[in-house]
Amino acid sequence: LRIRRPPIFWALAALLGVFIVFLYGPIATIVLLSFQGPEGGLVFPMNGLSLHWFVQLFRPQPIGDIWGSFDRSIGLGLIVMVCTVLFSFLAGLAFRRRFVGSTALLYLVVASLVMPSVVVSLGIGALFEMLGIERAWYSSALGAHLTWTLPFGVLIMFAVFNRFDPSYEESARDLGARGGQTVRHVVVPIILPSLVGVALFGFTLSYDEIARTSQSVGALNTLPLELEAMQTNATTPVIYALGALTTAVSLVVIGASLAAVLLVRRRRARFGSDAGQAA
Amino acid sequence: VSVPNAARSAAPSTRPRNLAWRDRLKRRLPTIGPYLQALPLAAVFFVFFAVPIALVVVVSFFGYETYRLLIPAFTLDNYREVFSEEVTYRTYVITIEFCAVTWVITVTLGFLIAYFLVFQLRSRTTQMVLLLVCSIPFWTSIVIRMIAWIPLLGRNGLVNRLLLGLGVVDAPQEWLLYSGFAVVLGYVHLYTLTMIVPIFNSMVRIDRSLIEAAVDAGAGTWQVMTNVVLPLSKTGIAIGSIFVIAMVMGDFVTVDVLGGGQVASVGKQIATQLSYLQFPPAAANAMVLLVAVVVMIALLMRAVDIRREL
Repeated sequence: LRIRRPPIFWALAALLGVFIVFLYGPIATIVLLSFQGPEGGLVFPMNGLSLHWFVQLFRPQPIGDIWGSFDRSIGLGLIVMVCTVLFSFLAGLAFRRRFVGSTALLYLVVASLVMPSVVVSLGIGALFEMLGIERAWYSSALGAHLTWTLPFGVLIMFAVFNRFDPSYEESARDLGARGGQTVRHVVVPIILPSLVGVALFGFTLSYDEIARTSQSVGALNTLPLELEAMQTNATTPVIYALGALTTAVSLVVIGASLAAVLLVRRRRARFGSDAGQAA
Repeated sequence: VSVPNAARSAAPSTRPRNLAWRDRLKRRLPTIGPYLQALPLAAVFFVFFAVPIALVVVVSFFGYETYRLLIPAFTLDNYREVFSEEVTYRTYVITIEFCAVTWVITVTLGFLIAYFLVFQLRSRTTQMVLLLVCSIPFWTSIVIRMIAWIPLLGRNGLVNRLLLGLGVVDAPQEWLLYSGFAVVLGYVHLYTLTMIVPIFNSMVRIDRSLIEAAVDAGAGTWQVMTNVVLPLSKTGIAIGSIFVIAMVMGDFVTVDVLGGGQVASVGKQIATQLSYLQFPPAAANAMVLLVAVVVMIALLMRAVDIRREL
């Protein structure tokens, strides 16, 4: 079946193609440049081909604390991910019923999404300064990250529970399941793919966050801040190697999340509910 | 992120009345369930969002000295300083310019790409895969995506080499990097997706029979696009616009990396003050920024009823 495409189809397809090249081109460039030979500089042309700059990453660097900040970013990302999944899921359950202050809370969450990050960062910095508490990645920066990841998590959960058919829970209850059992054995398995999505948002948005971290992180930097500091006085492709590495981390996390979602879907297609098929 | 519909979540469960007496009794009693469930979220947003923002308001009236960051007081000096300095007006003009140019480009790109994905592609799989391809960079590092432009746009960068090689120019172009151009390019690179997704969401909800009716009534593709699809995607466009405006108005990272000290935006100015630990003037500056952003968002909300989408 071949349908002739109108000219506008090809025009827009070309536009999308150009946009995708625009989107991925720069990052592809620095990945390519990170494989330069030992004599390579910060720009093209490529000067040989080697893993030299990746090896350099593991040597002590004159500037910055690469691995310390890398560890902090991964650790913070994992903590933020767990908190985001847990808090958004619980809030998603809460928002299914009406409670005093629910609208206000939702507005607060949405407001955080559009609040200029520099203002949030400044506020959290000032709060810790006034209380006389040392700012650190595991306290003030953790809070700052949650104000950024939770809105995504809550809105996803909101959308999920809007489409959630409560009759599944009712049948579980009719079969004698308690509240906790219903959640664990019925609700969570059904919305599992969305929870994976929330986890993806939680980890990646935290791992790459910079604007809200800047004033709230304290003395020890996270990786994005370290990178921003490095780029102003970088003279070698080490920074590209680091960029390629951190992008690879993000891509692995994205890939793993998508794979998990597809796996759950496929399992469902194979072993899925046989309700209504007996007749 | 699709924007959910609040009205449906409050729908009462439909159970036979005689079986539900226990539930009705339960409903009469004050339930603490939802409160406990919402507690972690509420606590985070109280401590790390509501209180800090309130504090920004308070601190903007504080005094400061070099070695004492915060001196409780009620002074309008910080605001006086913000409004009396010429640099404030200059940075606002630049920032609003960035905002306007970025908005025009992202909304055009976002609309066309979303239109293509929703109305020109027939396979749902292709649609989702292409949307995913556009989304993946969103989950990678903003800083890296900005740094990645440097070897392309720099003095000895790829673009300059290409232009020189083609004989389009006879000297390396300096305005490509560390300029307003580079900053806007960075914004378009980062925030077009935040336009595509909400517009895409609005467009999938458009009833196809409306398009058919328009075509049957003799409308061409262009007319369908401008007279049917465009008005029905207004909500998505507004939501995307709010995001783009909020992001660009407060940005300091892109300006820092791609502006390279040559460009000053409002966010960058606040960040600079903060790097010198000048909290009160930074807070006053942030308050002015916040009012500007809120006014812009309020104007957009007037144009479309976003609450219907939430």
